[in-house]
Amino acid sequence: MLTPFVELLDSPIVAINLGLKMFAESLESQGVEVCQVDWVPPAGGDEELADLLDKLM
Amino acid sequence: MDIKQEIEKANEEAARRMTIGEPVLVDIAPASEVIPGMEDRMITHAGPPIRWQDMCGAMQGALIGQVLYEGWARTPDEARVMLERGAIRLEPNHHHQAVGPMAGTISPSAPVWVVENKAFGPLTGISDNRAFCRQVEGNQQFGDYSEQALQGLRLWRDLWAPTLRKALRHIGGLNLKPIITQALQMGDELHNRHSASSSLFANAMAVAMVEADIPKAEMLPTLKYVTNHNLIFLGLAMACAKAIADPAMGIEYSTVVTAMCRNGTEFGIRVSGLGEEWFTAPAPVVDGLYLPGYSAADAGLDMGDSAITETVGWGAFTIGGAPGILSLVGGTPEEALAYSREMKKITVAAHPTYRMPALGFAGVPIGIDVRKVMQTGIAPIIDTAIAHREPGHPIIGAGLVRAPLECFKKALIAFGRKYNVG
Repeated sequence: MLTPFVELLDSPIVAINLGLKMFAESLESQGVEVCQVDWVPPAGGDEELADLLDKLM
Repeated sequence: MDIKQEIEKANEEAARRMTIGEPVLVDIAPASEVIPGMEDRMITHAGPPIRWQDMCGAMQGALIGQVLYEGWARTPDEARVMLERGAIRLEPNHHHQAVGPMAGTISPSAPVWVVENKAFGPLTGISDNRAFCRQVEGNQQFGDYSEQALQGLRLWRDLWAPTLRKALRHIGGLNLKPIITQALQMGDELHNRHSASSSLFANAMAVAMVEADIPKAEMLPTLKYVTNHNLIFLGLAMACAKAIADPAMGIEYSTVVTAMCRNGTEFGIRVSGLGEEWFTAPAPVVDGLYLPGYSAADAGLDMGDSAITETVGWGAFTIGGAPGILSLVGGTPEEALAYSREMKKITVAAHPTYRMPALGFAGVPIGIDVRKVMQTGIAPIIDTAIAHREPGHPIIGAGLVRAPLECFKKALIAFGRKYNVG
């Protein structure tokens, strides 16, 4: 019996890519269907600001 | 209520105030008659506060022109000396309920559009609801102080504005909300494209001038001026935007932006819950297209109070509905639609009346939230004209620019400090 992970690799892959587009483009160039999600870390990765944002929204 | 609920409630109130605005043109009057705090030997300018010595070339050129126009100096050198030694008081337009395009200079004798937001008045607790904007033209406000540039200001003062004032008084004021609503549906974005709004305004004033029995010698040149000026409505749109945004100032806990402006050196924003404080960063470079004979090497940095239009959801925020502007500022219709959709992510409301047909009649995105800007990293987009980096030139191009995130970061930190969060 195949494990769920092997089953996943055995079927057509559809990837969801968060953030940097180059990963999506790499998969697309190999014929993989990709759903690109535009995302950046809150406050541009500034942890102090991200903490403040977390308290305000 | 916890702070998150306080902010949501305050931002709802800010959006409510910004969306119920009823702007009416009530007068066209010399600045000294109507602008609070306007004094002799004083010029107000675009953007956050700035000293003469820190001003860019175009701003300095416009001030030299304004001093010559008022007759306070006989030559550009004399004017420059007066400005250098502080003989002319310089203050931001925004500190006087006013706005101005590009350098935005306003001096006592210059007639300004007077727009009153009729949604507010003594009964609402917000009584001072007037806003002012100067004449829009393509020369002196860009830093050109030539005789030809100043002649346009003099004609506005001595002929065009007084004639329009007589006609406006005859009809008892002009409601601008129907013009704005219609113009947005006719392909204007109300910052750099005013083909529809200017025509609609000219129609209204043409009839008013005839009804007011204006003598032909005054009416004909004024009619030629308003019907040939594709951007005449920009001054009205800016005064409307200022009158719409001001009532949203000073709401405790609100994170909504109430002003964005630039003086050619710095970009500044104000945030409702933080009152009248400015949060500034270096003015950005505009990504633009240039008129023949000019290039990016000639360009000054972002300048003008006209980003008050984006502050209330017009300009590049609604550019998806105004593809005609792209021939001036660059970009494709697909990119323009994407900009308008993107701005929805950083705003708190959609306007119930001002709508974009190209986006399924969605309301324009209004009420920029500094939290959303910092969370998403999406900076407000602005379409704008470009001035030369040296004094003495007219308009040289137009393009698109993003507000610097640094302003929003500073505002967010100040907000956390004021409300003891962090």
